[in-house]
Amino acid sequence: MKWVFKQRSIVPGFGLSLGLTVFYLCLIVLIPLSVTFLKASTLTSHQFWHVVLSPRALASYRLSFGASLIGALINLIFGVLVAWVLVRYDFPGKRLFDSVIDLPFALPTAVAGIALTTIYASNGWLGRPLLVLGIHAAYTPLGVAIALTYIGLPFVVRTVQPVLEDLDKELEEAAASLGARRWQTFTGVLLPTIFPAALTGFAMAFARAVGEYGSVIFIAGNMPMRTEITPLLIITKLQEYDYAGATAIAVAMLVVSFALLLPINILQRWSSGRRTSESPIDTPLGVSLKPVYVQKDNL
Amino acid sequence: MSASAQLQIQRALAPRSSAAGLAISEPAVVRWLLVGIAIAFLGIFLFLPLVVVFATAFQQGIDFYLRAFQDPDTLAAIRLTLLAAAIAVPLNVAFGIAAAWLIGKFDFVGKSLLITLIDLPFSVSPVVAGLTFVLLFGLQGLIGPWLIAHDVRVVFAVPGIVLATIFVTFPFVVRELLPMIQSQGNDEEEAALTLGASGWQTFIRVTLPNVKWALIYGVILCNARAMGEFGAVSVVSGHIRGLTNTVPLHIEILYNDYQFVSAFAVASLLALLALMTLLVKSLVEWKAAQQFAAQSASEAEQTP
Repeated sequence: MKWVFKQRSIVPGFGLSLGLTVFYLCLIVLIPLSVTFLKASTLTSHQFWHVVLSPRALASYRLSFGASLIGALINLIFGVLVAWVLVRYDFPGKRLFDSVIDLPFALPTAVAGIALTTIYASNGWLGRPLLVLGIHAAYTPLGVAIALTYIGLPFVVRTVQPVLEDLDKELEEAAASLGARRWQTFTGVLLPTIFPAALTGFAMAFARAVGEYGSVIFIAGNMPMRTEITPLLIITKLQEYDYAGATAIAVAMLVVSFALLLPINILQRWSSGRRTSESPIDTPLGVSLKPVYVQKDNL
Repeated sequence: MSASAQLQIQRALAPRSSAAGLAISEPAVVRWLLVGIAIAFLGIFLFLPLVVVFATAFQQGIDFYLRAFQDPDTLAAIRLTLLAAAIAVPLNVAFGIAAAWLIGKFDFVGKSLLITLIDLPFSVSPVVAGLTFVLLFGLQGLIGPWLIAHDVRVVFAVPGIVLATIFVTFPFVVRELLPMIQSQGNDEEEAALTLGASGWQTFIRVTLPNVKWALIYGVILCNARAMGEFGAVSVVSGHIRGLTNTVPLHIEILYNDYQFVSAFAVASLLALLALMTLLVKSLVEWKAAQQFAAQSASEAEQTP
């Protein structure tokens, strides 16, 4: 069979849309990104690793990745819980709670940052009771974890919700009629079904949290070696005109982000393969409208 | 009658088996416990920050709140934010429509790669995004010296801010439009074309009305992100008060100057924008559901 670049179609506009898309993509995304790698390549290998593995950088990775991991784990557990509650139960204000889940996407990160800091500072609404318990939240790694939990909150909920909605009640009823207790049904039937989606949401929340700047920078404390996140380290190096150092760390972050993209894509394919309805093209790190319109199997 | 319609009728008529004592639902205690935990979790992480923004903004009364917006630096920041959004959003909408048309209507080699590339700005940290523009246009950048020689300032000036804003809001419109266009399929467009419509006529009179709600939401989301972007703009802007500060950067300055109430007053503007975004999202989802229900009803009528 002859190899074709594009399947035959009478729909017009291929050339125009391809040209516009590729041109804009190159201009805005590809050229700037490749300049970063270009600049990084002017460093010798020794210089590159000297910066990327410096103690200060390592401390910032520990904080950024560690707090992101904790935040993503909290979101994994509570996200599944929230998704379950929103799909299965009815309670007053449910619609309100459902729409406010997307707040971390809609609210600017700086606003979230100052709000969270105000809440968890020692004289804040939650900071004061926590202080009584001896827990310092603001300006500590705990504060960073709290901010990153906030930022990743919608991911798990929004990836698990459609799966729960598509779930056939008949599976649970079959399990129950075979004698399973509710808990057994939950762990044996329901959890495995939502696990791929939950894992996808977890990975997306983690990836987003690692690069987060605005909501963390106010609550973090920003002390080098202790409460400095990696994006802040990049900015500090820029302010010191250490462009090479900043680029080296930025490249390290880019490589990690791309390395996370691939498993996320695979996870999404795995999780959408499990669902009964066709899923829209889900792309990483973002929220789409609830795919009401693609449940073609109901037609 | 279609097979699935028959199935739906069967399901509706079948008796629910909870009366037979089977465990198909959790005990009421567990249910309310879960609801309570979910409400507490969402309340602490989502509602509380919103409440704090408005509570602190109005802490010293309405007069003080309104006075925060009479500061010339604040007004300059608002103007700059509006300008950046006014440039970034239309550009990204034009691109988003082109890309959604391309990816949604055609099959070609490299389509998955294109989708991944379009999504890149999502996976890149905003600080790294700003850094790429500094590396390209800055003093030590690739074309920086050429720009300086021609007295064009990009970094630490308005053009840099606009570029950074375009970068971070790049995928939003595409991502909202694409599933909608893909689920519509090519049928209606092909019908229009066989009836003699030109490409543009087809696009404007057949495609656009079908996807208008997704497009509206994409625009709103793109706009919200454009106005609220912090990390990327922070790197590119130079933080020159009254000149290169957008609203989020200005909030940071006010906050770091311990002018908390003013900072939250300005922040409340963005919070209102966020609430409007959420409202539009609910509206769009409701409309899309309506449209879908109407479509499937008419399709069910047609299938014998």
